[in-house]
Amino acid sequence: MLWVTSIFTIVCVLIAVAFYTLYERKILGYIQIRKGPKSVGFWGILQPFADAVKLFLNELILPMKSNKVLFMMAPILGFSLALFLWVIYPSVYCIKFISFSLLIFLCISAINVYCILLAGWTSNSKYAFLGALRASAQTISYEVSMLFILIVPVLLIFETNMEMALKGYSVMFLMFPLLLVWFTTTLAETNRAPFDFAEGESELVSGFNVEYGGGLFALLFLAEYANIIFMSTMSMIWFFYNNNSFLFVLGIVFFSTFYLFARGAYPRHRYDLLMMLCWKSFLPFGICMLFLCLLCWLIMMYFNYIF
Amino acid sequence: MAALGTVIRKATSLGILKNTLLRHGPVCTSVRPASHVWYPDKDYWEPYKKPYFYCEDPDVKLPPYNLREHDAEREVHNIVMNFGPQHPAAHGVLRLVLTLQGENVVRADPHIGLLHRGTEKLIEYKTYTQALPYFDRLDYVSMMCSEQAYCLAIEKLLNIEVPPRAKMIRTLFGEITRVLNHIMSIGSHALDVGAMTPLFWLFEEREKLMEFYERVSGARLHAAYFRPGGVTLDMPMGLMEDIYEWASKFSQRLDEVDDLLTENRIWKARTIDIGVISAEEAMTYGFSGVMLRGSGIKWDVRKVQPYDSYAEVDFDVPVGNRGDCYDRYLIRMEEMRQSLRIILQCMNKMPQGEIKTDDNKVTPPRRAEMKDSMESLIHHFKLFTEGFQVPPGTTYSAVEAPKGEFGVYLISDGTNKPYRCKIKAPGFAHLAALDKLSKKHMLADVVAIIGTLDIVFGEVDR
Repeated sequence: MLWVTSIFTIVCVLIAVAFYTLYERKILGYIQIRKGPKSVGFWGILQPFADAVKLFLNELILPMKSNKVLFMMAPILGFSLALFLWVIYPSVYCIKFISFSLLIFLCISAINVYCILLAGWTSNSKYAFLGALRASAQTISYEVSMLFILIVPVLLIFETNMEMALKGYSVMFLMFPLLLVWFTTTLAETNRAPFDFAEGESELVSGFNVEYGGGLFALLFLAEYANIIFMSTMSMIWFFYNNNSFLFVLGIVFFSTFYLFARGAYPRHRYDLLMMLCWKSFLPFGICMLFLCLLCWLIMMYFNYIF
Repeated sequence: MAALGTVIRKATSLGILKNTLLRHGPVCTSVRPASHVWYPDKDYWEPYKKPYFYCEDPDVKLPPYNLREHDAEREVHNIVMNFGPQHPAAHGVLRLVLTLQGENVVRADPHIGLLHRGTEKLIEYKTYTQALPYFDRLDYVSMMCSEQAYCLAIEKLLNIEVPPRAKMIRTLFGEITRVLNHIMSIGSHALDVGAMTPLFWLFEEREKLMEFYERVSGARLHAAYFRPGGVTLDMPMGLMEDIYEWASKFSQRLDEVDDLLTENRIWKARTIDIGVISAEEAMTYGFSGVMLRGSGIKWDVRKVQPYDSYAEVDFDVPVGNRGDCYDRYLIRMEEMRQSLRIILQCMNKMPQGEIKTDDNKVTPPRRAEMKDSMESLIHHFKLFTEGFQVPPGTTYSAVEAPKGEFGVYLISDGTNKPYRCKIKAPGFAHLAALDKLSKKHMLADVVAIIGTLDIVFGEVDR
């Protein structure tokens, strides 16, 4: 049964990623008053598959002075980690790790840094190296503030599950500013525009993946997009969880659309400003929120005690 | 499909068939002299895969076991990075050798000349008319302004006056060219900073302007429309209506871009106080145009030495006060709005009449006239074979091209070809200050600064 569910999940994720790339190109296209892909299949619906076939048929090119084993390992590592994240997806058939899902999520996204770091470092190119450095510093920093932001809804959900939903929702007003900061953090965590320093097209050519082409490049990007969808799922789980699966999936689509809007609307931030944003505003904000939440929690406990 | 074709071709072993057919060797073989050049091959690299020490001389002293003993003094280099010429933000073929400390730029060394075509020398071997299209190819995003400078230089040497309608058309298309250039400049600047969308929105408008170019001259890019003594052809019927139609909507497009960039916090963070240059330094570096006005010096050739009919139109010259990328961006946006003003005024004031001087020793006769009149035919023939003679003299004529002061220093020795034509391109001086502008900034800022310099290598390398 485990086999079946895992394979089913993987297939679902891959198909989702495939159509997410199409969705991105379409949305970006319509933002930029053009059509996006429209020739392959009806309305460009087969474009992602055409891209995948094209990429995987490309010749595998390894740079002469690269560390070849690690060079090939990095995308594979990234891809498998991105798929592995989905074991904590809260479906009926999922493996029942739910109680530790937050920990698993944090662990895996911490290991995810290695994928980019390896990809950049083993390429033996200055651009890739700079991209990898930026990406690793960025991802590590944002994990810290992400943790603090995530603890708040965790506490609230814990509360609502343990006690009654009513008490949990009384502090929901905390959630909205938290949601904005959380969304920005996920943008930075997944290296998406406006925080796409790892791939800064106009600065680092293509960042950590300059030397990659063909199948390995496809793997890197499948991993990136799988992470984006997963982050949207996380947003839904921790901020808008409900049992209606249709609404749930709709919410995921909604969140992932915002990634594309952000990409269409904003210029790229600068690297040092991004780090400043993380350590000087998001982290203090997260900690303050945590204290505020605890305070509310204590007050509620007190009232609960009275009545 | 091509990939699928490759797969099928490989799968159906056509290669084996080919080998059997050509077993006796090909009909002819090509011998390349380069085959004598030896490159490191697989066998060469083989010994280096394991720890390797090789010495012929038995008396040679082995290095000490602990290498650090000798490492008392060690030279540390900064990273030297080749930015371009194949870089997406290099705006063509800029090769920028960046010395980096971490991500901070210690030294930026622009290498130019990759697009050098020897335009100035080529012009010396062409008649005045034939040399004109070279000016389109100098700054290939603001074509007609370069032509204008060249035409003004020749007209000054010839001492001829251009009819008012031609002047007005030139002014009109000079301003259309300015919008054309600033669209490119702001769009690619935003793209360099990471905002994709303004480029697409603006290029939609740029296409329309290109169509105006096409309708007036027949070419979308390299128009060769301004000629010594006027312009080639009169504007076609209905062009002004369409330009008006476009101009009445373009300011909305500009507002949209304004919405996206001007008050955007990220855009401001990326451009304010980046690439600052003081007014004094801007003067000493020989800046002109937007780069000079951004630092607060109010200098516009259209105002201080009005050419064509700039004296008749009313417009403002925006001036910055900080001299950073953001000010220069704002100035470009405002200049587009001012250009719209000028375009509308030009169309309102457009006089009737001739579009080139009636001196047929300089300007070719009308095509229809040429079919009827023998004299016109002779003039036509003489002008397009021998060209016209320009009296000996020297002139420096400058126009306010969108990028800055574009000047032509023309020496005539009385023949039909220029003795010397020195082109003063604004981008050259701006690029020379790149090291000054980008020092101590980060790598990402260098990209923003290159964007704000608005360089085009056609004119920098000439």
